[in-house]
Amino acid sequence: MDLVLVFTALMAFAILAYVLLDGYDLGVGMLMPAAEREEQEIMVGTIAPYWDANETWLVLGIGLLLVAFPRAHGEILGALYLPVAAMLVGLMLRGVAFELRVKAEGWHRELWNWLFWAGSTLAAFAQGLMLGRYVTGFAAGGGYWLFAIVVGASLCGGYVLLGATWLVLRTRGALQAKSMAWAKWGLLWVALGVALVSLATPLASETVRSRWFDFPRTAGLMVLPAASIAIGLWVWYTLGKSDAKPFAGAVAIFVLAFIGLAYSLFPYVVMDRLTIWDAAADESALRFVGAGVLIVFPLLFGYTVYAYRVFRGKVSRGMYEH
Amino acid sequence: MDEALILARAQFGLNIGFHILFPTITIGLAWILAWFRVRYEMTRDEAWLGAYKLWVKVFALSFAMGVVSGVTMSFQFGTNWPGYMNHVGNIAGPLLAYEVLTAFFLEATFLGIMLFGMERVSGRVHVASSIIVAFGTTVSAFWILALNSWMQTPAGHMESPGGIVAASWWAVIFNPSFPYRLTHMLFASGITAAFLVAGLSAWRLLAAPGDAAARDTLRFGARLAAVLVPLQIVAGDMHGLNTLEHQPAKIAALEAIWHTERGAGLTLLGIPNEEEGRTDYALMLPKGASLILAHDANAELKGLDAFKDHPPVAPVFFAFRVMVGMGVLMLVVAWGSQYWLRTPPRWLLWIFAGFTFSGWIATLAGWLVTEIGRQPWLVTGILRTADAVGPAGGAKLGASLTAYVLTYTALLAAYMVTLTHMARKS
Ligand code: HDD
Ligand code: HEM
Ligand code: HEM
Repeated sequence: MDLVLVFTALMAFAILAYVLLDGYDLGVGMLMPAAEREEQEIMVGTIAPYWDANETWLVLGIGLLLVAFPRAHGEILGALYLPVAAMLVGLMLRGVAFELRVKAEGWHRELWNWLFWAGSTLAAFAQGLMLGRYVTGFAAGGGYWLFAIVVGASLCGGYVLLGATWLVLRTRGALQAKSMAWAKWGLLWVALGVALVSLATPLASETVRSRWFDFPRTAGLMVLPAASIAIGLWVWYTLGKSDAKPFAGAVAIFVLAFIGLAYSLFPYVVMDRLTIWDAAADESALRFVGAGVLIVFPLLFGYTVYAYRVFRGKVSRGMYEH
Repeated sequence: MDEALILARAQFGLNIGFHILFPTITIGLAWILAWFRVRYEMTRDEAWLGAYKLWVKVFALSFAMGVVSGVTMSFQFGTNWPGYMNHVGNIAGPLLAYEVLTAFFLEATFLGIMLFGMERVSGRVHVASSIIVAFGTTVSAFWILALNSWMQTPAGHMESPGGIVAASWWAVIFNPSFPYRLTHMLFASGITAAFLVAGLSAWRLLAAPGDAAARDTLRFGARLAAVLVPLQIVAGDMHGLNTLEHQPAKIAALEAIWHTERGAGLTLLGIPNEEEGRTDYALMLPKGASLILAHDANAELKGLDAFKDHPPVAPVFFAFRVMVGMGVLMLVVAWGSQYWLRTPPRWLLWIFAGFTFSGWIATLAGWLVTEIGRQPWLVTGILRTADAVGPAGGAKLGASLTAYVLTYTALLAAYMVTLTHMARKS
């Protein structure tokens, strides 16, 4: 078996897991200013037991990038220096705000609430920016930066969609009704963003263009956008009829987008410059970590599912405030 | 040295220095909380539960600070030291990956249950979760210190066309300085947490002299410190002997031994003067260095003149004295206070309040000794710090460094104010 491929798949899995998991909790953070004081406490309650574990998938993704592709690791993180720093500052502010917003009083409390929102938004936008820069192979020029900004804004919309549908799943009453409205805005925002990005990506990258507009194959590939549109409509339709389906739909949209992205990039780990095989680490390192992954992943899935079961059900005021 | 290298080092040092403040607290405090929780399960005495519920708040805040600064750390290797990853990535990558796999997920997931699950899971599962979190923090220290120790005293590796690779993972992990460093660091965490508990309890007693629970935790912290500080001093001595064997230049620098000699004196205080190769205003103990380092008053010790490469003398010399000085002060406070702990007088409370964050000072000083003492090497004998720096220009580094400094200052202030405020109020 080609260990390099296995590790590529693992890394992709970790990044997808991160985007879905931290995506919903960053989304909830971004929605905070739209809610009333009491509702904000419930919203934070829906994510409080999970945010740390969610963020750990990012650390795993970066760790696997480093294990499997040490050469690409330095190149990518070096090129993304400033957006990475911005993301980290955002994640720091919001992670600490979780704790400090409940312990502070008066205007301090308002400040931490604001920082919770600002940190979540900054982190989400910076991640989109990183993605946009990454896809174009860090090409220089204003047009490429504009493209990255559009990707950043679209990812924010995606996280809002995930966060709002998560709230539909985990809350009830007035807050749930509001969340449905937010989810609809999120859907529109995502639709606009995805449309813009889909049009711009082939222009921004020769490689992507040749992948997608290579005719006999194009017809088959159109399944991806078609399915995304269908699921988007389904999410809109199920909002108000089901608690869980909108979230499932939002997840499915992200998975499809991720598959499309993976197809555009493979086998490059640095677009147009380094393939996964060029950048791969020594076999001995991969084997050593592979053994650990085989043992740890089943346990990890086991206790993650357990933790989600412990805290399942609707959240109400005061349940997750220690 | 060029600007990018200085900035990259400043940035890395700042980030890790900020991060380590919180693990030092959480590792020790997690075990203390697990102890409180187990005691409650066994005795059903509400006082243990009260202590648990109070200190878990301090823990949660410290843990959050540790997590967010740690996530930052995991990016720093790539952004600041690409040369490091190109050269020793086949060693560093797997060790960091094992830390994520075996420690971070465990801590993070069970932390949720520990903080919010008390009413939702059985007592036994909750006890187990508290222990698992403590275990996770310790496993985390295990892996990261294995890597750091390997950088100090590399073993078990070989050269290959693609850089350094592992020949024996066992030898890489259990490299010569690892057992000493792990022990010393775990004791440091225990001591830091003990003084934090005692210190915040003292703040509480200053505001509310009748608080019996605070008196109990003050006593608990002071006793724990009284046990751990002497152990730490013994461990530190053994660590020093190990370093003498494997990194003699570091010891020569931290003791400011300029020339190879028999019966070398121990410099207690002074100002190292690297230009002239001597210590100004030195207060010396004749033959002392030979005695404590070789346990023989006439043994020969290698001086700085014996090494082609050696670290800058002044920073390690001073940092080492700060650490050892703090250790001695802690010993005095922890032992000296035992007699008064039943009804602690106010002057004693002020002393403990002043020592709340004393563990941080000793720990940071210790790490400065270790890390600056390794210079000019990043990985001893394998990779020089100057060869590992990335292409990120001075401007980028400067901008992000400013952002980090501002964020850290604000977070640190908020953290310390919140803790002392909580202690005075609740
Ligand atoms: C002696 C212990 C120790 C040392 C030297 C370090 N860490 Fe650390 N780290 C921990 C002990 C720890 C911990 C106890 O496991 C933490 C701290 C508090 C906490 O909440 O978990 C943690 C958290 C933590 C996290 C967040 C984990 C999560 O999501 O839950 C990351 C990514 C790192 N660290 C990474 C690093 C890196 C890359 C380091 C080195 C350069 C480093 N740490 C030094
Ligand atoms: C945990 C406490 C630690 C502290 C307080 C600490 C402190 C420092 C400081 C102050 C420097 C700058 C030294 C100089 O430039 O002269 C440094 C450098 C460095 N340390 Fe650490 N360190 C710690 C742990 C670690 C660990 C666990 C690792 C790796 C596993 C590590 C890897 C490095 C690297 C790669 C550098 C950059 C090279 C350099 O600037 O010298 N450090 N550290
Ligand atoms: C008082 C007696 C002490 C002695 C003789 C001692 C000795 C040492 C030595 C020789 C080193 C450097 C090892 C190397 O880099 O090779 C060191 C590092 C360190 N010390 Fe101490 N120490 C003492 C007290 C303390 C105390 C009280 C603390 C904290 C509470 C502490 C925390 C540390 C830390 C965190 C490091 C860096 C990590 C490591 O290398 O283990 N030390 N110590």
